[in-house]
Amino acid sequence: MQSNAIEQRHVDAATGARRGLRVAIEGVSKSFDGREVLKSIDLAMAPGEFVAIVGRSGCGKSTLLRLIAALETADRGRIAFGDGSRPPQTRIMFQDSRLLPWKRVLDNVRLGLPRKNGALQALQQVGLAERAREWPAVLSGGQRQRVALARALVHDPELLLLDEPLGALDALTRIEMQQLIESLWQARGFTALLVTHDVQEAIALADRVVLIEEGRITLDERIELARPRTRGSLAFARLEEHILSRVLKQSPSATSLDSALGDVSLLKTVNQFAWAI
Amino acid sequence: MSAVFSPVRADAGNPSSTRSAAVLGAIWRRVLPWVVPILLLVLWQVATQSGWLSSRVLPQPLAVAKAAWHLARTGELWANVKISLWRAVVSFAVGGGLGLLLGLLSGTFRIVEILLDTTLQMIRNIPALALIPLVILWFGIEETSKIFLVAIGVFFPVYLNTFHGIRSVDKGLIEMAQSYGLSGWPLYRDVILPGALPAILVGVRFSLGLVWVLLIVAETISAQSGIGYMTMNAREFLQTDVVLVGILLYALLGKLADVVSRLLERYWLRWHPGYRH
Repeated sequence: MQSNAIEQRHVDAATGARRGLRVAIEGVSKSFDGREVLKSIDLAMAPGEFVAIVGRSGCGKSTLLRLIAALETADRGRIAFGDGSRPPQTRIMFQDSRLLPWKRVLDNVRLGLPRKNGALQALQQVGLAERAREWPAVLSGGQRQRVALARALVHDPELLLLDEPLGALDALTRIEMQQLIESLWQARGFTALLVTHDVQEAIALADRVVLIEEGRITLDERIELARPRTRGSLAFARLEEHILSRVLKQSPSATSLDSALGDVSLLKTVNQFAWAI
Repeated sequence: MSAVFSPVRADAGNPSSTRSAAVLGAIWRRVLPWVVPILLLVLWQVATQSGWLSSRVLPQPLAVAKAAWHLARTGELWANVKISLWRAVVSFAVGGGLGLLLGLLSGTFRIVEILLDTTLQMIRNIPALALIPLVILWFGIEETSKIFLVAIGVFFPVYLNTFHGIRSVDKGLIEMAQSYGLSGWPLYRDVILPGALPAILVGVRFSLGLVWVLLIVAETISAQSGIGYMTMNAREFLQTDVVLVGILLYALLGKLADVVSRLLERYWLRWHPGYRH
């Protein structure tokens, strides 16, 4: 049943009815002040695919996202979008909402929009239509991120880049936002790239979880869980344990996917250190 | 203050009494700022009437009021206020306008900053009033000399604050706007200028205060009209009451300038939590 759902989505992507963009990253490297942050990264994203990049702070995951967004330029390698015939329709959501404080919520959503309609509808989709006339300063952190999401989606992007957009939110708001992002992604079919330090968030949302360590991709795990994913399920917990232990570089033998729940004592230590990444 | 009225407000059973308490509170808040000036005025009247202070040193408040009334009746007062106000407005427009323009230019373009900033920093450290002899040699004691002097003084606060305002606009917001397709004038209008506005208005407020300081000096030294001329003329005839009228007029006009800049702030920065009332 769960593989059916995944196949169905791949079929949708293949027919081209949806808006996803193919992304091909080949041999991309980037240095800052002589320090090599990314070392020859190769990564391919299928149209409509949801990829999550996890890793410790400073591993280069945000740099990769900024390269894809063309906010930085790569030293070596190339990044190709679709068939390469036109510039990609890319939008970013940042960790801080980056709303213009001097523009009302609706005008923030309209920023850079050639036409005037659609902004209110986008606000409706994130459940904030009634706050359209207010200043961003009076919104809560979660509401600001929802406005930022509406602002990104109103452009109907082919590729949505999410740079730890939920990192500053409380746990409940974060789960709410994850569900919102997932449902909008399923409805629109854009390609999505999520950079996060929260392994649970990556597993909850992504088709593939990619781990970057010291500028290299060291893990590329396909998540075959059916959507919507329940965080409490055994399979979810096993995956989380598996990836977390990889991130923390602990021996995977005790927590291999075949063992039932792994070593309970190790689970405890992993949870203890989970805050660090 | 609110503590004084809280017992009355607590009487919630009677709506009319709470309303009248609120009205009383509002009136009280209006009256309170004027208590100290009125007290000083009364003290002044008592001191002069009882002969503690000679009228040569400080005339009675009533005498000052009479002098003001007399000057207003003859039209002398209005003519002088009008010319001073005109000078203030023109020199503020010239100095402030140039400061804004150059501040924007050197804030935006690094090359303009390199070209101008050193020169301007040198000129800035010359007290504007030190230029008086030179200005009189150049322009005589015509209007140009006064406007030049005040405009120079007003220029720097606006220039410096505009420059720093532009430079301190949140880089994240600029990056966001650029990734949303804004560039050139729209980027300037929607992001950079509004971001610099709080700082620019600080400069404007500073300048408005300086206008009167510089104008009174310019008018007392070289003028045949204006409030400063009126007071200097009165001093020669030992009309202390007229001198005081002039001084009070400056206080009033200064307060007026402050009110204007507050209104501008309240309108332009209405998005800013720090300026909402």
